[in-house]
Amino acid sequence: MSEIKKVATRDSYGNALVELGKEHDDLIVLDADLAGATKTGMFKKAFPERHWDIGIAEANMTGIAAGVAACGKVPFISSFAMFAAGRAYEQVRNAIGYPHLNVKIGATHAGISVGEDGATHQCLEDIGLMREIPGMVVINPADDVEARAAVKAAYEHVGPVYLRFGRLAVPVFNDEATYKFEIGKGIVLKEGTDVTIFATGLCVNETIEAEKMLAADGINAEIINIHTIKPLDRELVVKSALKTGKVVTVEEHSVIGGLGSAVCDVLCEEAPTKVLKIGINDVFGESGPALELIKKYGLDAEGIYKKVKAFVK
Amino acid sequence: MTNLELEKTANEIRKSIVTAVHSAKSGHPGGSLSSADIFTYLYFEEMNIDPKNPKMEDRDRFVLSKGHVAPGLYSTLAERGYFPKEDLVTLRHTGSYLQGHPDMKHIPGVDMSSGSLGQGLSVAVGMAAVGKYDKKDYRVYTLCGDGEIQEGQIWEAAMWAGFKKLDNLVVVVDNNNLQIDGAVDEVCSPYPIDKKFEAFNFHVINIDGNDFDQIRAAFKEARETKGMPTAIIAKTVKGKGVSFMENVCDWHGKAPNDEQYEVAMADLEKVGEALCQK
Repeated sequence: MSEIKKVATRDSYGNALVELGKEHDDLIVLDADLAGATKTGMFKKAFPERHWDIGIAEANMTGIAAGVAACGKVPFISSFAMFAAGRAYEQVRNAIGYPHLNVKIGATHAGISVGEDGATHQCLEDIGLMREIPGMVVINPADDVEARAAVKAAYEHVGPVYLRFGRLAVPVFNDEATYKFEIGKGIVLKEGTDVTIFATGLCVNETIEAEKMLAADGINAEIINIHTIKPLDRELVVKSALKTGKVVTVEEHSVIGGLGSAVCDVLCEEAPTKVLKIGINDVFGESGPALELIKKYGLDAEGIYKKVKAFVK
Repeated sequence: MTNLELEKTANEIRKSIVTAVHSAKSGHPGGSLSSADIFTYLYFEEMNIDPKNPKMEDRDRFVLSKGHVAPGLYSTLAERGYFPKEDLVTLRHTGSYLQGHPDMKHIPGVDMSSGSLGQGLSVAVGMAAVGKYDKKDYRVYTLCGDGEIQEGQIWEAAMWAGFKKLDNLVVVVDNNNLQIDGAVDEVCSPYPIDKKFEAFNFHVINIDGNDFDQIRAAFKEARETKGMPTAIIAKTVKGKGVSFMENVCDWHGKAPNDEQYEVAMADLEKVGEALCQK
């Protein structure tokens, strides 16, 4: 059996920017002294005149991007999720969101899979912060194929987009030849009847693995990849919930404000359903190797399997 | 325009400011009045703009970093012909396009939405950087408050602007010395403002910001300055032109009542009559 290819979605971001940069000379990349880590360094190498390092000043970078977009360019600003969505939140809201400027926010190092750097750098609130801003598109891709497609879709979309990427190399499960990305459209990975599991980001692959264990126990789970948290695929969420009658959400994010909350917001109005939210349970992260943390916080396949099994029983 | 024409225009803008804020029953007259002469010079003399084509591609840009003095900007834009002066009385009213703070999506001539202090300079820096990148010769202007520069983001933006030698950028600091809680040098002193901008690699010009000779000379000097952005530190009188508002902190963010409105307009009428005698 061949080794499964693993790629960190931050690398996908860097690669996609280079590809887009070849076709579109209005694309400008801004970074805040993290070009090596956010992988915009690849773009810098290819297009040095279009890579602007703002220094360690995320609020300023965000404001500069607003001015760049107001002059007709398409800026991608890059930093860790903690700083892009957290430190610069108000700049994103008031200088980008309110005037609905065409700025793309490439936020890497999201979630606990940042690993050893610990809680100060493990942003678990960014999806919640960003999806509260009117008109903001929020995308959390699951693997390399999806992440590269998401960056291209973000460029083509006119308006602000928040893209969430990870530091950890994760399995590439999508097939590039057949994969299609559409903003706001969930992807049914497996149909089922007993329970629907909506997963996002690196939790999608873990959920695919968990499904195999559930199937062995006779539980027929429907698995849906929600790469776009906003606008959420309401139709698909409601349809699947009505079909299975039980819903689980899985995300590497706080259970407050993220995918689970977004799904519940829709279901409570359109199809009240019992929902189990799997994520980080209102605590800060901690230092440790990424895979160990994912396991410790119950976001690995086995953790997901156990929780879903207990929930479905 | 001659200085006398500019003074007359600024006085009309001051009347509009008082009228708009009175109609809104809220808003920020003090800083709008202190910066009215700067607004007037920018929109009637300095900037390459076209009120009939507000989004003209290579126009000069203006970012009102101290967004709360929107009545000053709106009154100037209306005086310049971007939209009808009669609309100014809808300021801050439900359903009006004249929002409490500048809204670029709905107000002709507003180049950037603003209002949250400390952010406008970064936006202006981004616009100036694109101008340089595209080798265009448009210029970018921004107006900050002397209280506003207590915000750290101003200095992040200043550092990058100076470092990148953005000589198409002019920052005007409306130094009226008053902020909501009192005198700026009693709340958290920003002084020396000139030395700070100099340290961030700006060309700095100190002027009386209510004197058109000095305003004209400063913008000319800024235009001639190459290799660094310019900061104009404009010493102004908060509430300028309205007797009971001048240098009174309380008029930062308060509307005149009907009686006060009559006094304010009478003050400005007197200024106008005096200008006609010149």
